Amino acid sequence: MAQIAANEPPVGLLTAADGAPLRVALARAQSRARRRAFLLVAPLLLFVVVTFVLPIGQLLYRSVWNPGFADHMTNVGAWFDANPPGVEPDEAAFAALAADLLAASEARSAGVVGTRINYDVPGTRSLFTAGARNADELAPPFREALIDLDEQWASPELWTAMRAASSAHTPNFYVAALDRKLDADGSIVRVPETERVYLPLFWRTMFISALIAAICLVLAFPVAHLLATLPLATSNILMVLVLLPFWTSLLVRTTSWIALLQSQGVVNNALVSTGVISDANRIPMMYNQAGTIIAMTHILLPFMILPLYSVMRTIKPTYVRAARSLGASSWTAFRRVYLPQTMPGIGAGVLLVFILAVGYYITPALVGGASGQLFSNMIAFHMQRSLNWSLAAALAAILLGAVLLLYWLYDRLVGIDNMKLG
Amino acid sequence: MSWGGAYTRSQVEAYYKPFTEATGINIVSVDADNPATPIKAQVEAGNVTVDVADVEFADAVRLCDEGLLEDIDHSILAPGADGSAPEDDFVPGSLVDCFVPTIVYTIAVAFDTTKFDTPPTSIADFFDLENFPGKRSMRRNAKSNLEMALMADGVPADEVYDVLSTPEGVDRAFAKLDTIKADTIWWEAGAQAPQLLADGEVTMAAAFNGRIFSAAIEEGKPFEILWDGQVYETEGYVIPKGAPNVEDALKFIAFASQPQQLADQASWISYGPARKSSGALVGMYQDGKTDMKPHMPTAAENLTNALASDYEFWVDHDAELNERFNAWLSAS
Repeated sequence: MAQIAANEPPVGLLTAADGAPLRVALARAQSRARRRAFLLVAPLLLFVVVTFVLPIGQLLYRSVWNPGFADHMTNVGAWFDANPPGVEPDEAAFAALAADLLAASEARSAGVVGTRINYDVPGTRSLFTAGARNADELAPPFREALIDLDEQWASPELWTAMRAASSAHTPNFYVAALDRKLDADGSIVRVPETERVYLPLFWRTMFISALIAAICLVLAFPVAHLLATLPLATSNILMVLVLLPFWTSLLVRTTSWIALLQSQGVVNNALVSTGVISDANRIPMMYNQAGTIIAMTHILLPFMILPLYSVMRTIKPTYVRAARSLGASSWTAFRRVYLPQTMPGIGAGVLLVFILAVGYYITPALVGGASGQLFSNMIAFHMQRSLNWSLAAALAAILLGAVLLLYWLYDRLVGIDNMKLG
Repeated sequence: MSWGGAYTRSQVEAYYKPFTEATGINIVSVDADNPATPIKAQVEAGNVTVDVADVEFADAVRLCDEGLLEDIDHSILAPGADGSAPEDDFVPGSLVDCFVPTIVYTIAVAFDTTKFDTPPTSIADFFDLENFPGKRSMRRNAKSNLEMALMADGVPADEVYDVLSTPEGVDRAFAKLDTIKADTIWWEAGAQAPQLLADGEVTMAAAFNGRIFSAAIEEGKPFEILWDGQVYETEGYVIPKGAPNVEDALKFIAFASQPQQLADQASWISYGPARKSSGALVGMYQDGKTDMKPHMPTAAENLTNALASDYEFWVDHDAELNERFNAWLSAS
């Protein structure tokens, strides 16, 4: 460009070879380059959108959208629309309900409806399936007929839940995911202490993940330093030792830890046979929180070592030597010269390990016992066992939100550009 | 679509191979952790690739009520080996609109015979840490554990669900579980229970009977099953709504659910056939020397104090009781 510009007479507007003003030509050339660059990344972008953004978005959408009730119970839905909250369900409401139950029994949708209400009011799924089975025998007055069938139909809690479910868009799953529920007046209250699961589990997950990231950092730092400073031939061999477990199947490593740490395992047997502990006092290291922490620390350690190593390798040993020669003690030289330079690696490693740990569920499921379960185990439970995907999505969204919040905090405090992933 | 492992193998040998031989229709088997999950996903997405799936009874009823399964006309089913109508031949209450049962499986207490001088004889012994020392293992969910706890607490099998339907009954079940909570290792995957027994980590475990059988017979472990207080369930075939080859799927289900086929499957895994008339047809295990009859959960002598898992109760209360169970677990 500069050459073209140089050939032009230096009077007035600078123009390109074809006579167009230089600014326009430049913009045109740049946008062409941008288009070309975009075409190059387009396949990847498309891939990410189709396989990642869309499915995850769709699943997260389920956390606020569940049409199980709204789609099939249109008459009751209309009654709810016509009557504001707080109105006692009258004969018209029960008649609408009876009509919907009849339609549900024909369309075989009573299960869907019942399942949806059962999420909010346990024990009501069979109320709907039984109601639909007997729907053709219901006769006016419907209020008495339904209550004769099952007195639960009169329960105010049930009507609140039905009103909430009559809109397909609902915050209810987030309410449930935060250990809260709607009471009969429709206000949000905490569930009894014996049923609080998700919040305690959430804090436990955050705590354990942070602890694992911290332990990984302490363990990985010297190893990465050693790898970065040893002669290449030696450090390559050590590197293989780091990578070998990394390449081994997660399940193999987890079950090996079980064999090692269980109360009849290798470690306890060795301690008992050498007389360090007595047979009755075997240390419980498996099927509890300790098991989860040990196994996950081991599995996630390479994710800390590798970014640290890649950063440390670029740090010139001359800086520390210069600091020492200027009179700094070895601790000061480490703290003020070496450590700050490893920050990008530390940041990357800690963030990586923490985020991976937050989402782990196979390892805690196998070694965690009762006290070592993590939040993701509950997501897996609702995904695979209870088939309550909306609640699973709400829990997943909460976890995702927490991770994004931490990521944002990290960006504010340390700066994301300051991170080196390897 | 099935569950994989020894279970899929038993289906391949007893159903798939003879079916392909008889009809020329080829069967491709895929595995899933719990086939009900992908079925729900496939039907809801309108992209069904599976013709026949093997699911638990409770899941079948749930999916059926949600309109995710095809109806199966029971007139296609073969009569019992004694000529009885299919409705009378299958385990009572297990033959429903969308579902044809094939096996009966059970969660029962298994114990290591080398650990006790006098073997445990009743479900109450599972909760008796004094006379039967050692750790216990149970599945990490509410289902079947609560029932066992109540039976151990003296509730007769036929009253268990009545008691469990009351808040006091649930409290009572959890109180009974409290007595062994500190000494229990909870398992998640079916294979963990026999492993824990084999490692000597626990002395008694409530486990799937098929897993214990495999460990005892194939690997020669000293395990025995205490049939008292077993909680059994059926499992069988469903057709997802919108399956590509419904006709062939129906043919397959009619074929696989014949009395002889169900009995043949028992030669490959110790789950009981879901037809009464198959019981007499059950033969030897594939090793040729183990008579399978006493290993069937459905054998008369094993059913003296047994409980049929109540699906209606569990589809209603699964979420609620599991939340309570999980909260109970994490409170220490």
